[in-house]
Amino acid sequence: MNWQLLPQFAITGLLNGGPIALMALGIVLVFKSSEVFNFAHGQMLLIGAMAAWWFASPEGMGLPLWAAIIAALAVSVLLGLAIERLTLRPMTGQPLLSIILMTLALGQFLQGLTIFVFGTTQRNFPVIFSVTNPYRITLPLTYNDNPIVVVLRQNLVWSFVIAMICVIVLVLFFQYTRTGLAMRATAENHETAQSVGIRINHVFGISWAIAGVIAAISGILIATASGLDLSLSIVVLAAFPAVLLGGLESIPGAVLGGLIVGLAQGLVGLPNNSFFMGPAAAQAIRNSAEIVPYILLLIVLVIRPDGLFGQKRIERV
Amino acid sequence: MAVLRPSGDFDTSYEHDLAVVRQRWQWALLLLLLLALFTLPYYAPAPTVSLINRIGIAIIAVQGLNILTGYTGQISLGQAAFMTVGGYISALLVGAAGWSFFLALPVAGLGAGLVGLIFGLPSLRVKGFYLVMATLSAQFIIPWLTRHIYPSLLNGAQGINVPVPTFSLPVIANTCFLGTTFNAELGTCVYRFATPSQFIHITLGVLIVSTIVALNISRSRLGRALISVRDNDLAAELLGVNLFAYKLKAFFIAAVYAGVAGALLAHNLRHINSQTVGLVDSIMFMGMLVVGGLGSNLGPILGATLVVLLEELATVLAPPAAALLPTLAGGATAALKPLLFGLALMLFLIFEPRGLAHRWMLIKAAWRLRPYAR
Repeated sequence: MNWQLLPQFAITGLLNGGPIALMALGIVLVFKSSEVFNFAHGQMLLIGAMAAWWFASPEGMGLPLWAAIIAALAVSVLLGLAIERLTLRPMTGQPLLSIILMTLALGQFLQGLTIFVFGTTQRNFPVIFSVTNPYRITLPLTYNDNPIVVVLRQNLVWSFVIAMICVIVLVLFFQYTRTGLAMRATAENHETAQSVGIRINHVFGISWAIAGVIAAISGILIATASGLDLSLSIVVLAAFPAVLLGGLESIPGAVLGGLIVGLAQGLVGLPNNSFFMGPAAAQAIRNSAEIVPYILLLIVLVIRPDGLFGQKRIERV
Repeated sequence: MAVLRPSGDFDTSYEHDLAVVRQRWQWALLLLLLLALFTLPYYAPAPTVSLINRIGIAIIAVQGLNILTGYTGQISLGQAAFMTVGGYISALLVGAAGWSFFLALPVAGLGAGLVGLIFGLPSLRVKGFYLVMATLSAQFIIPWLTRHIYPSLLNGAQGINVPVPTFSLPVIANTCFLGTTFNAELGTCVYRFATPSQFIHITLGVLIVSTIVALNISRSRLGRALISVRDNDLAAELLGVNLFAYKLKAFFIAAVYAGVAGALLAHNLRHINSQTVGLVDSIMFMGMLVVGGLGSNLGPILGATLVVLLEELATVLAPPAAALLPTLAGGATAALKPLLFGLALMLFLIFEPRGLAHRWMLIKAAWRLRPYAR
């Protein structure tokens, strides 16, 4: 183990977990209200970021960045509403397989649509946070009498901060607004919610709209850090295990799951000096960031199938 | 769906009761169809033969998935991963170990089946959506393993080249029979399945076997037990169906089918790497199954045919679409394939959730009941 670099990799991983947590939150939000697991979240991410790029770039509308982001969020709201009305409303009461396949098909459709409209070229997303001067933080720790310094890119830190602000805003929204209360009631039980006068179709629409906004924000955060191309829709694959890790219906669980996935991905990247494995195996472990979430997922499914915070509603066999 | 038989079609013996193909004219049509397919290379252009080849391989993979998802009700997004396993096993056995392809093919199926068992284990504890995620993890872990373990053998991300399947006959009376050519190095007569027009005979042969096996699984004790697990697992358990054993059997059978399809694909493309089949293909197989009809033996055939033809339509439509929208240059096929597939699957899920096979049953019933009912 390389103890000198451990804090650097752990903190970078944890900060990377911020956007993952935000993506997981978008999925949990829709699942909580309508019990639809949104496999098309990655494509919503992609479309949100692409829209922001189009509104901001001179090739598109050439708006200032803040206006472009607001316009992209509006597009995402419309997209979320359209998805709910056109594809998932007809599926109400259908079996699980049909609903899972519906969002998978929707993902494929949106992916094709995005390529159709924007092409396959890599886009330069406008830089929001400075890339030149990273933050250097000296931790109050020493290792072999060397002080431990953690170097953090600005976009990493600010993405994390923005993701956490979104989480807090959402939690406040759920706790302190009438709409939030209606959404919580719907999540609890559809029929009971309807019987006290909540229009659950509206609630489904609102949750898809919020999910669209969250997807667009996470898409923009990731695109500004690592460029914008079609692979953005694959980034969300790291968030699926995060959702299950936390428990499908739990907002704090989704956030914690995202952070755990980020931390795990950061830690396996640590240069390890292969004293109990061959150098090839050590190298393979360093490259395993893409499968670590899924290995965690398998472990969680075997030990605690309802996740860390999930309700014990899962059907055991 | 009640069994509606044309009037006069009675069972006169136990054999007749068990028969799948009930009428002489049905046998004649079936044999004619098979003859037309097997002689395809002699009259159809090469792209058509290649297309039928692709359809055949897709049908085999979807037939496996049908047993797992259609009959047993266990949703799996890992079918493409098990195809990768089968492809690699066959490629290594034929390429590195020098086995005959026809021996390697069943071994590839069994190997993939064993890997399928491992990823089926979570089905003992979780079901529904959680199982989807467990099988999805196969879709990430298996390709990653092929990229990172035994790089000397598996050649990392580049993948490996797969040899041409051959079969050899001894030289009889100084001549080579059955279209084989003499190979001086081996001293035997060798036939190479090098092009799609030669390979299609293997695909069709395997397809016939796989269809017969799937058909008989679905109407034997095994198939009825699997259906009972799907419809009501508690009741099934009370009736003496061992849930664990039957779910694992379903996973095993599905993965065997996937492994065989993967081996065929690898030898057809002559190359395999971790990207040859991926998550999108797993989604496509599920889509084919739904488009065709879950839990019917006709479903995989109709669904795989329709979806592969849609893919083909996307490649045909791509140049005019690219001419229409200049921004699309180069990405037209990449755009149209998921677009058409997603649209078709969504429309089927909303308007025809029981698939083409159900529609075909309705058409048949309407034909038999005419002119009284529609």
